[in-house]
Amino acid sequence: MNDNNDTDLKIETWRAALLRNRAVSAPDVDELESHLRDQITDLEGAGLSNDEAFLIAVKRLGEVDPLTSEYARVHGERLWKHLVLADGGALPTRFGTMVIFALVAVVVIQTARLLSGYPQTEQPWFLRNLGFFLLPTLAVYFGVRRGISVRRWTVLGVVVAVLAIAANLIPHTAETDILVAIHLPFLLWFVVGIAFVDDPRSSGARMDFVRFTGEWVIYYVLIALGGGVLLGLTGLILTPIIPNGMGEVFSWVLPSGVAGAIVVAAWLVEAKKSVVENLAPVLTAIFTPLFAIMLVVAAAGYAIVGFGAEFNRDLLTVFDILLIVVVALVVYAISARPSEAPAGIMDVVRAVAVVAAIVLDLVVLVALFARVGEFGFTANRVAAVGLNLVLLVNLLGTIWHIGRLLAGRGRSLRVESWQTSYLPVFAGWLLVVVAVVPLVFP
Amino acid sequence: MNVDKDLVAAMATPLVLAILADGSSYGYAILARVRELSDGELTWTDGMLYPLLHRLERLELVAAQWGVSEEGRRRKYYEITDDGRKQLAAQRRQWITATRTLRGAWGDPILSAGV
Repeated sequence: MNDNNDTDLKIETWRAALLRNRAVSAPDVDELESHLRDQITDLEGAGLSNDEAFLIAVKRLGEVDPLTSEYARVHGERLWKHLVLADGGALPTRFGTMVIFALVAVVVIQTARLLSGYPQTEQPWFLRNLGFFLLPTLAVYFGVRRGISVRRWTVLGVVVAVLAIAANLIPHTAETDILVAIHLPFLLWFVVGIAFVDDPRSSGARMDFVRFTGEWVIYYVLIALGGGVLLGLTGLILTPIIPNGMGEVFSWVLPSGVAGAIVVAAWLVEAKKSVVENLAPVLTAIFTPLFAIMLVVAAAGYAIVGFGAEFNRDLLTVFDILLIVVVALVVYAISARPSEAPAGIMDVVRAVAVVAAIVLDLVVLVALFARVGEFGFTANRVAAVGLNLVLLVNLLGTIWHIGRLLAGRGRSLRVESWQTSYLPVFAGWLLVVVAVVPLVFP
Repeated sequence: MNVDKDLVAAMATPLVLAILADGSSYGYAILARVRELSDGELTWTDGMLYPLLHRLERLELVAAQWGVSEEGRRRKYYEITDDGRKQLAAQRRQWITATRTLRGAWGDPILSAGV
């Protein structure tokens, strides 16, 4: 009896050692423990003592470190939560590299700004190419940090070059200038993804990039808020001394901050992962129900009242942002959800949010098609109809998989893999808007 | 004889799927079966089976369910899915091609015996 207690104690210690690595969950250790106890029973049956049986069984199961890192490889999402490992980490968080690249980003944006004379004169090429001044630096930063192959550097270079040629050789109108200015940064974000993920075809790798994007946005918003407070106070403090120079100060500080923060936020995501990692699930848990309520109210309202005269480009943009936020909330919440868990109340809430989003999207599309029927296609309307159709298909697929999950027939991984396999559609549509639409509407 | 690590790793998936194709099982029993099938010549760090099983579960090639052993211990049972059977059939064809090619190259007497 005493011996058994002794074994239990040893198993307890062994469990704790495994659980110290967050890639291994408690049920995983339960499973390993069941194996360990089977093995001990068998070894004892063969005449070994309690102690000997435990030692051999543990040894056969394998050393803790290689075993947990194998779990980490399979359960990427858990690894993601703990990329900054206790032993120094899989990803070194080099501060110097980040500072250099943040400075490069600042130099790039300021050079472009000075060349265009912004904000005194507004050259159309400056806004249209804004994405090129901001995001390739981030792609190079990840390329350097990840030590990507020559082949991938070539792919990156060619993609950016082709996009730059497309954005600048095609003649633009004021309308398509703005369209490209809006869509190009998002398209270039996918290019950053080429540098970020090792295997672009792997769903898990794409999901990592999606998670990175979510956390990057949170950090960027936090930095922007802080920067806003800083700039506001600077303005208030310095205006009495240099009443006429503030515009000049801001035109140096603001673009530098916007560009530099892109790299800093990316660095923070990896360096201080655990901070936002704990924050993000809480944020989605709070905001998913609130957004669900807001969406239901809005969907019901607009479905009954329709758009009427209120329908314009600004409102349309707001709707599209809302729909993208819904998709992002769902994806983010699903990705943080334990994939083995059965469907719960939060899945119902997500389903409600998605259904309401689908209704809203349909209302928007009906209004858009009415516009098109009345006035014909313009570049803006093509971009709007396309984006809303792309979102509609995405939402329909999402609700299908969430529905199956609720019916107990699907798994949450399906929602994830649906979203990751849909990413090229988003990228493709952005490419169409940047490179094809301006050709069609010269 | 020690089989090369990479080769063991490559064999692991079809081997586990094939064992599960005979009926649902759990980790400890799968490993016992591997030992039996290879006459103890295939060595494997026992624990590494579990991450592999989890990966197969993720790919929906196997399905898992918690159950209870005869001794009343909690135990996770794995069962092959239809996708798993398809995957097994595909892998089987590949391995047959691979072994046939190697045997041909080596002039293996087993081949001429028609086994």
